[in-house]
Amino acid sequence: MSDTNVQRRQFLKISVGAAAVAVAPGMLLFDMAHGKSEGVSNKVRWGMLIDTANCAGGCDDCVTACNKENGLSGRLSPTDSQWIRKVELKDMRSGRTLSLPMMCQHCEEPPCVDVCPTAASFKRADGIVLVDRHLCIGCRYCMMACPYKARSFVHEPLHDQKPDVPRGRGTVESCTLCVQRVDKGLQPACAEACPNKSILFGNLNDPDSEISKKIRTVASAQVRADLGLNTGIRYQGL
Amino acid sequence: MLKLFALLAALCICASVGATESYGMPKLDIGKGGQCVAPTEWMRKNHMKVLFRQRDETVHQGIRDGKYSLKNCIECHASLRDNSVIGRPDSFCEGCHRYEAVKIDCFECHSSKRSAALVQEESK
Repeated sequence: MSDTNVQRRQFLKISVGAAAVAVAPGMLLFDMAHGKSEGVSNKVRWGMLIDTANCAGGCDDCVTACNKENGLSGRLSPTDSQWIRKVELKDMRSGRTLSLPMMCQHCEEPPCVDVCPTAASFKRADGIVLVDRHLCIGCRYCMMACPYKARSFVHEPLHDQKPDVPRGRGTVESCTLCVQRVDKGLQPACAEACPNKSILFGNLNDPDSEISKKIRTVASAQVRADLGLNTGIRYQGL
Repeated sequence: MLKLFALLAALCICASVGATESYGMPKLDIGKGGQCVAPTEWMRKNHMKVLFRQRDETVHQGIRDGKYSLKNCIECHASLRDNSVIGRPDSFCEGCHRYEAVKIDCFECHSSKRSAALVQEESK
């Protein structure tokens, strides 16, 4: 090979390298300046593990925190929205009592999404089941399809909603896993408020997350696992 | 003759300038105002399109830092008197929408108030 050819190759290599070094930070800065944020991805699946042994009977701090975060009235009439409720269970034979919070179970195969005629009920890529209230016509099929009775219909006109949690008459709503907080990197309000830390929130798809590790080591169950919905909310000690 | 022509031309210009700004166009309370995310004329015509696109991205993909968010609009343009973009004939949203006779559905569900003001109210 002639000497000129080698020099030529070296020159090309160096100039390509220099060009890459010069352009790369610029592109990085461009993306940062334009705040290009990517949407949610299915690499994440949000879920919760609720430790029923730690959940104190009579305590409703999670419910109160949910109402405050999402601007719910907290009233309990049949026409008021409830996104999370405390349920008390008792085994009549043994007399064992159990208290647990019940809300939208954020199924992997949500029946509410299957039945929605306008595709308003949908599952986000990261597993959070939501209602797009812009598309919801208030038919309430999803409320009938949900095995967990998790959804509520807004009957009356509302005022003074939270800026991050728009809600309105004529649409169906339910637990959003505090999507406005999760998108900011925070935990849902109920998980944060629990005095006994019974609600563990995290990414089920990440094998190193605290929730995945715990699910691997302790026995947990899905409510109505027989339906094969693969819920994102799991209960320990049920 | 030349003078007459010039006068006519001047009158025409005045009339056309007047036509775009008069005819009882609402005088709006633009709140803090300042630098908008796009030119005013363009926003008058296209705000609904960018808002619709942004809302779908936010609801379905969780993108909450887009510049065309309704919350951003309200943050700058809510009146400094009542912290709201609706409720008065000169409110930022309601003023134009009344003039154009277009119903706004947004605020049946969305808050019309500046969020900073709501935080203050809560802490009182």
